[in-house]
Amino acid sequence: MDYVPHTPEDQKKMMQTIGIAGLDDLFADIPEKYRLKQLLNLPPAMSEQEVWGLMQQIGAQNVIPAVTLTGAGAYHHFIPAVVGHVISRSEFYTAYTPYQAEISQGILQAIYEYQTMIAGLTGMQVANASMYDGASAMAEAAVLAAKTLNRTKIVINRSVHPQYRQVVKTYAWSNGYEVVEVPYADNGQLNRSVLAEAVDHNTAAVLVQTPNFFGIIEDITSIEAAVHAKGALLVSGFTEATSLGILKPAGAMGADFVVGEGQAFGNPMNYGGPYLGIFASTDKFLRKIPGRLAGATLDKDGQRGFVLTLQTREQHIRRERATSNICSNEALCALAAAVYLVCLGKNLKKLAELNFQKAQYLKTHLSRLEGWEPVFSGPVYNEFAMRCPDAKVVNRRLQNEGIIGGYALENEYPELKNSLLLCATEMLSREDMDRIVSIAR
Amino acid sequence: MDLIFEKSRPGRTAGGIPVCDVPEIALDQVIEQRLLREDVDLPEVAEVDLIRHYTTLSRRNFGVDVGFYPLGSCTMKYNPKINEDVARLPGFTALHPLAPAEFAQGDMRMMYELQGFLSEIFGMADFTLQPAAGAHGELTGVMMMKKYFETRGDDRRRILIPDAAHGTNPATGALCGFQTVTVRSNAEGGVDMDHLRELMTGDAVGLMLTNPNTLGLFERNIEGVSDIVHSRGGLLYCDGANANAFMGKTRAGDLGFDVIQLNLHKTFSTPHGCGGPGSGPVGVSDKLVDYLPVPRIVKDGDRYAWSEDFPDTIGRVRAFYGNFNVMVKAYAYIRSLGPDGLRKVSEVAVLNANYLKEKLKPYFDLAYDRTCMHECVFTGHRQVRESGVHTSDIAKRLLDYGYHPPTIYFPMIVPEAIMIEPNETESLETLDAFCDVMIAIAREAREEPEKVKSAPLTTPVRRLDEVRAAREPDVCWKG
Amino acid sequence: MAKPNPTDRKYSKEHEWALDHGDGTATVGITDYAQEMLTDIVFVELPPVGKKVEQTAPLAVVESVKSVSDVFAPVGGEVIAVNLPLESRPELINQDAFGEGWIVKLKMDNPAELDGLMAAAAYDALIREEKH
Repeated sequence: MDYVPHTPEDQKKMMQTIGIAGLDDLFADIPEKYRLKQLLNLPPAMSEQEVWGLMQQIGAQNVIPAVTLTGAGAYHHFIPAVVGHVISRSEFYTAYTPYQAEISQGILQAIYEYQTMIAGLTGMQVANASMYDGASAMAEAAVLAAKTLNRTKIVINRSVHPQYRQVVKTYAWSNGYEVVEVPYADNGQLNRSVLAEAVDHNTAAVLVQTPNFFGIIEDITSIEAAVHAKGALLVSGFTEATSLGILKPAGAMGADFVVGEGQAFGNPMNYGGPYLGIFASTDKFLRKIPGRLAGATLDKDGQRGFVLTLQTREQHIRRERATSNICSNEALCALAAAVYLVCLGKNLKKLAELNFQKAQYLKTHLSRLEGWEPVFSGPVYNEFAMRCPDAKVVNRRLQNEGIIGGYALENEYPELKNSLLLCATEMLSREDMDRIVSIAR
Repeated sequence: MDLIFEKSRPGRTAGGIPVCDVPEIALDQVIEQRLLREDVDLPEVAEVDLIRHYTTLSRRNFGVDVGFYPLGSCTMKYNPKINEDVARLPGFTALHPLAPAEFAQGDMRMMYELQGFLSEIFGMADFTLQPAAGAHGELTGVMMMKKYFETRGDDRRRILIPDAAHGTNPATGALCGFQTVTVRSNAEGGVDMDHLRELMTGDAVGLMLTNPNTLGLFERNIEGVSDIVHSRGGLLYCDGANANAFMGKTRAGDLGFDVIQLNLHKTFSTPHGCGGPGSGPVGVSDKLVDYLPVPRIVKDGDRYAWSEDFPDTIGRVRAFYGNFNVMVKAYAYIRSLGPDGLRKVSEVAVLNANYLKEKLKPYFDLAYDRTCMHECVFTGHRQVRESGVHTSDIAKRLLDYGYHPPTIYFPMIVPEAIMIEPNETESLETLDAFCDVMIAIAREAREEPEKVKSAPLTTPVRRLDEVRAAREPDVCWKG
Repeated sequence: MAKPNPTDRKYSKEHEWALDHGDGTATVGITDYAQEMLTDIVFVELPPVGKKVEQTAPLAVVESVKSVSDVFAPVGGEVIAVNLPLESRPELINQDAFGEGWIVKLKMDNPAELDGLMAAAAYDALIREEKH
């Protein structure tokens, strides 16, 4: 099955107009010896029905779990029906970047509204139209800080998502920056004094996360002064966007950039993507931040309209002097997030409270099991770390029941043996949790 | 039209929350009050308001499903609907990325096979699917080049980029710590070989070449280019933005490229979603396989697993494995078309572009009059000279006729550039109708230039004041 | 049509002007021809006072909607004042490039560098050439 509408007659007519005898004449610029003489070695074409059957078969090779207890950067939430319906409007999903504003008012306004909601939730003055994901958003914030301040050191807390730290390291290495990792305190929170010591006058950015990778809520006001005293910038990350429903935003606690993963807002887990990177900052960095920005303006007749604005920040104009090379973003995922937020409205707070309650319940009940205890004492939202007698055995038992268990922290934190990072969202019923506790027993 | 915030009424909601089925404890018993927020400032609307709001917005948006979208270098081909449907199968949407491999064999199989298909189509040793978009793929590709030299203790500082390149190329080079050096184009729109010879010293990591280039022209001297770059120990990078032009006709690896980044959202028909998500797989030659990002899928018998055990890797460029769900659509597309279908895609994409070029040639000046590949570049020079009508005016006038305009003012080496990429899914009738409109606009430019200059006249908003938007930025509604 | 180039100052090939105050300081801006080429200026990035620059080094940045351009120092020296109103009213350069749209004042390292710049007549000729 192909999607080429040409009949043999059409093709003949077109070749006549061009003045060629055969299609190969069009490829004469390719040196003869490099022209493919035979077909590519690929499976043969299929009809739509066959493709449908094949893809169902491949999909069925996966096991869809009854319950997912892993969070760790991707979260299982309910997605209201309206989200899928809106992003399935093909005027949205088959459009390109809104370069022609007059026929792209739909997405431009939707993104402007998205930016407004994100700025409000993060406590910042501005937000961009999205980055690739939370990890790359954090890395870009670090690079931007280094380029803006002309400094080369990036300090990152070890309680930031391990994969985010890896991405930051890759970006930093590529730009020639140094990354210094700072340990967390015994209670799982930021270690203020160690962190303050690590910040010097060559430090561009301090990267933290709240709730952090262990699910613990940080008080970033406690480090804000130490970071700014050295002229460095404070980047506060998050991986669980729904936590913004109850937590005081990092923007209100002195962060210069708030970056994170927006997947939890209306986007499926999709085995890792596409997600959306959230990037928000203070007004001061408006002309420096990476990515696209929708802005309001007026048209010739004086009515409100929207355009992509401040484009001189971007690679297509600033070229080698741009602070980021980002071009495509995750606009459709941002649209999904916007629809999700509009759908929930003030109920986002209720949803976040529900997540909190579920996690408290599961944590409390697991704590009562023999040999189980929370790894850290800091306050949590919907994710928490539990030490147990044998993490592998627990996960295997859960898996046998079709449940994806916890994230084994030992993978990235050798000091945290037999510790599982567990997540309870609104998708877990009390029954589910009671069952999990009994399996874990 | 009103913003969603202006439609908000206290007390309304479109999304109910389930009743809490566990004993509740007070939030501030666990979380200190000062770490809690008081309220979330989000709009309050009923479901019907929400749907009408976004439906109205969608009708103020132009997509491929609405009409012809010949946006040069963006490959706005039709997005087959079956691919959307298969990507929504629970097997592809419902899995957590950290699910044990036993749960994800189907997803991993799909990715593994897709890497294999892309390696075959482009003649590369292996592919990574991790980059989230084309520019992200560029960054990944150039990082691998950097690592290649770093592991050899070879401290090269410069990267060569043709003057016709996309802005992402120099931006990428700079983000990898390289000084970017511009290579001139020659009189026929290819790489100026003498200039390349002069610049490609032992201090350059190599050349980032878009092929076919942004003028829609295939690099005739590709063999010479490859020789020059490789003889000085450099690597040859292919920006695969224009890969729709040569599938099944030639392969990047055979042409001597060491790296190629693709845009699945262009070449492999996955929809662009108003600017994303894309997906930017990167293919490498044998020389660079060790540097691919981790994790990589390894196959052991019939089982697939993730491995990070590649000591020379550049590391990670993104959390998890990339824009997985986009890959599902590209995979389904490749399986639908098969080898003959993919070759036909490129043949017809090139046929369409050349047909359009021949039809419009008498009315608009070509930047380079030679056989083009999948797109052709005109200049609005004649119109500016004759009547003061600029390319931007022509683009805006096309809106009145119901078309998405071509890419304009790019490549930057062509003044008043009009870059048209018709792609293979557009019929002869569509191309003829578009040509008729372009010809009509050329006539209007001569006879009624003011009409063209004041376009668009029929869109939901008129020309927008971009100067105001940039001088007094308003990127968040203040109420 | 660009305004005439005043004869009281010197011009660089990159379309900057420098007005010598005779006390070792000079005011620097871009020419009216330059602002016309740039179209509507939407943002000016000013250097910090105290910054030292050599002749031809980047001194400030002016942005239009679709372009970013460096302003190069026509003479070397230390920035002793910047035209702060440009931060909120970049259009001053469009309106009055030779007057209210000035960009910085420099304390010149070597006023003799001015001798290497063009007089108004030579600059007029340069623009005429560029237009063709």
